[in-house]
This record gives sequence, C-alpha cells and structure tokens, in this order.
Amino acid sequence: MAQAAIELIGINKSFGAVRANRDINLEVARGTIHGIVGENGAGKSTLMSILYGFYQADSGEIHVGGKPVSINTSNDAIALGIGMVHQHFMLVDNFTVLENIILGAENDVLLKSSIAKARSELDRLEREYGLEVDPDAVIEELPVGLQQRVEILKALYRGAEILILDEPTGVLTPAEADHLFRILKQLKEQGKTIVLITHKLREIMAITDTVSVMRQGTMVATRMTKETTVGELAELMVGRRVLLRVEKGQSEAGAVKLSVKNLTVKDSRGVTMVDNVSFDVRGGEIVGIAGVAGNGQSELLEAISGIRHAVSGEVMLDGKPIDLTGKADPGELRDRGLAHVPEDRHHVGLVLAFEENENSILGYHDDERYLKGPFLDVDAIMADAKDKIEKYDIRPGNPRLKTANFSGGNQQKIVLAREMEQDPGVLIVGQPTRGVDVGAIEFIHKRLIAMRDQGKAVLVVSVELDEIRSLSDRILVMFAGRVVGERGPDATEGELGLLMAGVEHQEAAE
Amino acid sequence: MSTPYAKLPAWADYGLIPLINLAVAFIVAGFVVMLVGENPFRAAVILVEGAFGKGTGIAFTLFYATTFIFTGLSVAVAAHCSLFNIGTEGQAYIGGLGIALVCLSLDSVLPWWAIFPIAIVAAAAFGALWGLIPAYLQAKRGSHIVITTIMFNFIAASVMVYLLVGALKPAGSQAPQTRNFLAGAELPKLNWIIELFGAKIRSAPLNICFLLALVMAFLVWLLIWRTRLGYEMRTYGHSPKAARYAGISETRIIITAMMISGALAGMMALNPVMGDQHNVAIDFVSGAGYVGIAVALMGRLHPVGIVLAAILFGMLYQGGAELAFEMPAISRDMIVIIQGLVILFAGALEHMFRPYIQALFASVSPKSVGMQAVKGKGA
Ligand SMILES: Nc1ncnc2c1ncn2[C@@H]1O[C@H](COP(=O)(O)OP(=O)(O)OP(=O)(O)O)[C@@H](O)[C@H]1O
Ligand SMILES: [Mg+2]
Repeated sequence: MAQAAIELIGINKSFGAVRANRDINLEVARGTIHGIVGENGAGKSTLMSILYGFYQADSGEIHVGGKPVSINTSNDAIALGIGMVHQHFMLVDNFTVLENIILGAENDVLLKSSIAKARSELDRLEREYGLEVDPDAVIEELPVGLQQRVEILKALYRGAEILILDEPTGVLTPAEADHLFRILKQLKEQGKTIVLITHKLREIMAITDTVSVMRQGTMVATRMTKETTVGELAELMVGRRVLLRVEKGQSEAGAVKLSVKNLTVKDSRGVTMVDNVSFDVRGGEIVGIAGVAGNGQSELLEAISGIRHAVSGEVMLDGKPIDLTGKADPGELRDRGLAHVPEDRHHVGLVLAFEENENSILGYHDDERYLKGPFLDVDAIMADAKDKIEKYDIRPGNPRLKTANFSGGNQQKIVLAREMEQDPGVLIVGQPTRGVDVGAIEFIHKRLIAMRDQGKAVLVVSVELDEIRSLSDRILVMFAGRVVGERGPDATEGELGLLMAGVEHQEAAE
Repeated sequence: MSTPYAKLPAWADYGLIPLINLAVAFIVAGFVVMLVGENPFRAAVILVEGAFGKGTGIAFTLFYATTFIFTGLSVAVAAHCSLFNIGTEGQAYIGGLGIALVCLSLDSVLPWWAIFPIAIVAAAAFGALWGLIPAYLQAKRGSHIVITTIMFNFIAASVMVYLLVGALKPAGSQAPQTRNFLAGAELPKLNWIIELFGAKIRSAPLNICFLLALVMAFLVWLLIWRTRLGYEMRTYGHSPKAARYAGISETRIIITAMMISGALAGMMALNPVMGDQHNVAIDFVSGAGYVGIAVALMGRLHPVGIVLAAILFGMLYQGGAELAFEMPAISRDMIVIIQGLVILFAGALEHMFRPYIQALFASVSPKSVGMQAVKGKGA
C-alpha cells in the first residue's frame, strides 16, 4: 500500500490556447483502485494519454515504481507495465478478437505459431477473469460491451501491472458494469494497480479506494473514498451544486406522433434482432426503452430512422408511413420533423475529421439556411455553430477546431445541439448521455424535458437505468428483440432489472 | 483525443516533411548517378538549370506541369470521396478522342476561341463518361473501383489504337494519328509571359491551358471546401456510415465524384493535343495519369499543393530530358528511375520519416507536438 505505483509531478500540457493540464500532481498507491472524476474537457483523458505515451507533457515528471521514467510512445508505457483501455476503442473493426489481441505483440514472423500461443493464453485469461468473448468473432459484429472486454484482454495479454480505464462503463449495462467491477477487484487483489476515469459517481463510491477531482485542467482535490460523498464530489467537479435528478412535471400526452407496429428487423446474417415490436409515442411524452445492450435497441432505432431495412411491420410518422426498405432518404425524414441522435457518435453522428462547424450541419447541409445556391454559406454556418456552442456550452468554444479534438462529452453536445435546435416534432435519441459529465447530464436532461413540455414526442434508448427512470413517462423494456414489459416512471430498479434479464411478466410484476 | 500519434505543427507537416522526403529521393538518385560513373552534383545542376535556367526550359517545365495539374486534380477529387481513381490515364486518353472529334470537324470553320470552349466541354464529357462506367459498377455492383479503372485504361488504349489506325487516320497516311489540325484548332502560346521577364524562348509548347489548369485548381478548391457537393463528397470519404445517416446517397455521390474526376482527367488532353501536337497521336498521354497519383499524394490532395507538386514533376521531366541529353551515360530510363524515386519517397513512403521527426520534435520542444493546426485544410 505504501509505495506509489505511479507518481505524476507538475504535469503541464497545452493544446494551442487550451491548457488541458496545469501543474498536475497525482500519486497512485500500488494495489489500489484510484478514481479520477471531472467535467467534460477537464483534462482527464489528456493526463492519462501523457502517462500512456500518446502525448508528451510540456513539463513535469513521471515516476513509475519510484523511478523517474520518460514515456515517449505507448511502447514505452507497455514496457513499464502500463496498459490502457481507451474511451474510444482502438480496435481494428474487421479483424477477429484474436487478431486484435495479438496485433502489435506478434512475436513471430509466421503468424501461425503466435496465434496458437495467443489462443491458449487468451483462453486462460478469459477463464481467470470471467471475460468470455469468442476469439474468432469479428470486432465490428460484436456489441460495444464485448468490444470493451477485448480491450481489457488486450492490455492483460501484454502483461499490464497498471491498468488505466477511461470511462469503461460508459457503454455497459449495470449488470455488465458489476461484472467489470468484480474483475477489477480481482485484479487489485492480485496486486495490480488500477486508475479509473468515470462520470458515474456511484461507481467511484462502490469500487475505488481514493478519488481525485479535476476541474478545468487542474487537480482540485484528492479524497479517501470512504470519507467523501457523491454530493461533495459533484460539487467539487462543477464548482456548484448539481441536481442529480432533474425535476419534471406531469406529462400532458397529446396525439400519437410516432407509431411502431409489428416491426421485425433481421441483421445481415438473418438473425432476428427486433421481434414484432409495437408501441406509440405521443406528443408531450418521453418514452424510454430500457434493456441490456445488444437486445435489439440499436436496430430498432436504425429502422425507425430509416437507415436499416426492416423485414416487416410499419412505422408511422405523424400518421404517414416511413419507408422501411432501408432505402429511405433520411433527409426527407428530417424534413418531416424526425431528428435522430445516433448511439454511435463517432462513426455515424459525426465526422471526426471535420471542423466543429461542419459537423453542426451534418444531415441539414441541404437546408437553405446554410446554402447560397450550390455553395455553402460559410458565414451563416459559422454564426449558427457559434450560436449552438454558446447555447449548449460546448467547450472549447472554437467552431474551427477539429471535432476529434473535443472531449467525448462535448462531442455529444455537438450532436445534441444540432438535432435539438432543428426543432423536430419527433426526437429519437440513442444513449443521450454516454460519456457525459454530471453537470452536462443535468443540462441534457433538462433540454429533453423541455422538448417534451413543448409537445414533442421523445423516444430515448439508454442502457442507464437511472437515466431511463428519471426521464421517461413510460418505460418499455426490451429483451431478445421483444418488448417484454411496460412500466410507469415509478417502476423500481429491481423490477426493471428482472425484466431486462428476461424474467417473464407476471413474475416481474410480483 | 483519439489520434495515436502526436501532431506536428502545420509548417512541419506541410513544409518540412515533403522537403525531407524530396531531399532523400535526390540523395538516393545521386547514388544512382554515381553508379553509372557521373558526378551527381553536376547532374543536379544540369537538371535544375535545364528546368529553370533558360526561358525555354521554364516554358517546357510549365507545359508539363499543366498536364500534371489536371491529372493531379482528377485523382484528388476522387480521393476526397475515398475513391482511388487509377483510371486518369484512360480518361485522359478518351478525352483526347472528344477533342479530336471537335477539332477535326470544326477547325476549318471556326477560330480557336470558339473551338476551345467546345473542345473543353467535349474533353470533359468524354473523360467523365469514362469515369462514369467504373463508378456505376462500384456503386451498383460493388466492383472495386481500383480494378475497374485499371481495366478501363486498357480498354481505352485498345479503343484508341483501333480508331487511330482506322477511322481517324487520314487515308494514305502511315502514322497512327489523326491529320494535323488547322490553325483554328491551335491554342495560343503563353511564351510571351516568360519573355516579359526578359528571358528568351526559342520554341516551347506552353499555352493557355496552363491558365485553364490554374482556374480548375481554384474551382476544385471551391468545389471541395465551399460547395454542398464537396461537403457531401468529403463526408462520404471520411465515413460512409455518417453519409448514410446524413441522407447522402452513396450511388449518387460515387458517380458524381468519379465523373468530375474523369472530366478533369479528360481536360488534360487539351494541353498536348490542342496546345502542342495539333493532332491526336497514339499513346499521347504517356503515363501522365499515373504521375497524377503521385502529384495528388504529394500535394496532400489540396489544389495549392497539387500545383506545386505538378511544377516539381514538370521540372523533373524537363530537367531530366536535358540531363539525358547532356550526360550520355544517363539514359532516358535513368530519368524514369529518378522520377520513380521521387514518387516512392514523396508519395508511397510519405510517412516514413514522420515518427522520427515527431520524436525529434517531442524531445526538442514538446510544446509544439500536439499543437493542432486550428485552420482547416480549406482555409
Ligand atoms: N489533440 C488535441 N488538440 C486540441 N485540443 C485538445 C486535443 N485533445 C484534447 N484537447 C482539449 O483539451 C481539453 C481536455 O480534453 P480531455 O479529452 O483530456 O478531457 P476529458 O476530461 O477526458 O473529458 P471527457 O470527460 O469529456 O472525456 C479539452 O478542452 C479538449 O478539447
Ligand atoms: Mg475523456
């Protein structure tokens, strides 16, 4: 316990005018779980990237195991026994699990022998930590939750002694997160050191030994987890008191705006992902779809938004059908007042290589407001982007910055700002606050409720039970592609949990 | 954050790295020159003087550069939509057919300034058509554009041989080429511009296509960074999934991008055909389409970079010809080797030195690494 596994001393790092880290000191004791919390853009990922050799600090020292070290590349970090599970996975999409795991650690010219060795080693790791993944599955076909397991296995495979996890539970369900935490505890018992970045303060309370809080690039406090509270941490992060659950009035549901009937969707291999699902969303209500990731919610959202082929069923938008052949023109649906915040903001909702202002018109780029004939009206686009940046407090407030350089939470705000500001009649949102800090969650929830109060129909899919419960007027639970139950906003977590696990209606109701 | 490598400041990215690549290419080329027993420094002097030393040399350099600007732009437009158009060669060749048809039928009745716009349209249309077919096959049938465009280069070559030894050849002629155009289809030279600066020019083919190429470079910039179509092409180029989400039709965008790319390739033919040879001869493109790939890569797909890279390659062509002339030990083929080395280091191995330079920057001034060029490419 006594010796520090990692010590960071006086770390500074700027990106142009943005001071991402200023004079950071951090000490992480060996064999402990150390949490780091802070708002979006506070500099957490930057600090860890410095430790992992992705970035070099402008000044400051790093000590690992008591000795000063210089970490210039991630290979240096790996050699020092530091492993990292990234906020945004760094896997090769069309490789198999096994291929991804040995990538960069092939210790033979001929792949064959290393593959055989890797397979048995992987098998051992999987059994030891209960991280089951099919080694021959192709990454892009795995749900995000499993992709993350691959990331963890990858670090362990490389012999990591110090494991950095950047928002590992952002994509997990409570059950999956619990599983992850059991794994982390087991790793800790074996003497490994873990640094955990998360926005979920409950997780910090449940699993860490110590916790540090960052705000706007500085380290503002470090506490023993036992001696602090969620409220105190939230306040330290944001610098003001935060509502952890947004107040909302009674909903006044109006006419049906979105109606889904007997919808069935199959994936490319012919497996039924959405099985005969029917429900309505009325103006003035938020319908939440709960469920463990991978139970058909993603496919449901894609089918409704016209970008995935549905084999049968019907979706009506304001009483008129949506083309479900998978060839629908999303532009036309936008014109009809359907806005869609996709789950996967990195590949679908944003073009990371674009400047912020370019992303703030994605999908609305053929709107007259942004055009002068065939030309983009650069001034109008800029003004519009600045306006959204201000309204949604997107940081840093520079519309010329490349989108990839915004922190995760701010990227999400870029998408939300774009879709909400179109003033749609129906808004469908996948994972509204994935990777978003407490202050911003409060903000986004307030916005969603404000949309509801203006009479819009809002459909929210989230794996966060807390989020579903605090936002929804009605909760649908999906399991294995079917809607297995509907509950009111006062449903208990236990009740929903059982439904999500596929326990039948009557039993769950009791 | 999601970039695995730290970033370099823009000046290093766009200035230092290309210069280092170029220097290495020339050093290796120097060894090749030494191998054949010539003095590499003298060779370098001849090369540069041949290209820029005299007025005639400059005019030739810019004439070649004109050709490469067109093919470089062609490759770049497709590349912004993540399409690798290797068919610039064939599209330019077929573009020449369009020009031949216009010139042969109109050169006796119209003056050059009336024929020129018609020929531009014909060249662009024929090139676009030759890009359309592979694009259609990619969009509708999933046939890979790299394969189909290469195949279309061969088809273009066969079609042109067939026509140039047949229908397009004047009766009784032995040469596989069209008859020479009349004065109405000859474009004005630009040599007087260079002469304004006091240089003397014997005879050189530099013509108004050079200005057309510069205008097209500007229009391509406008297209890519300032129009809705360019925005859609770039969106698709970066992420087909995001394009789908944004309501951009995959079929439409692939076909449009390839037609524009083909049109630019076709326009390349104007320069040698109407500006210089005044006929369409067999194999008149002679590899300019492939050079376009190197030019586009070296120019980082940006029109300004492409113009600069095209001038560099123009210099290699012109200076290389002088070199082969002045140093008998250096054959025409050796010049091709030198050009190949530039393509190799500046194009294919573009990122070879990057990690070292980054490491260097990281140790010398860590602050500069990670600094992001806030300005976009289009700025
Ligand atoms: N490569 C980069 N270029 C320019 N600015 C950057 C770059 N990487 C990060 N930044 C900026 O540095 C600041 C810190 O970002 P960082 O990703 O470390 O935040 P974070 O605390 O991890 O946020 P989140 O919780 O949203 O993931 C942000 O303002 C971000 O926009
Ligand atoms: Mg982060």
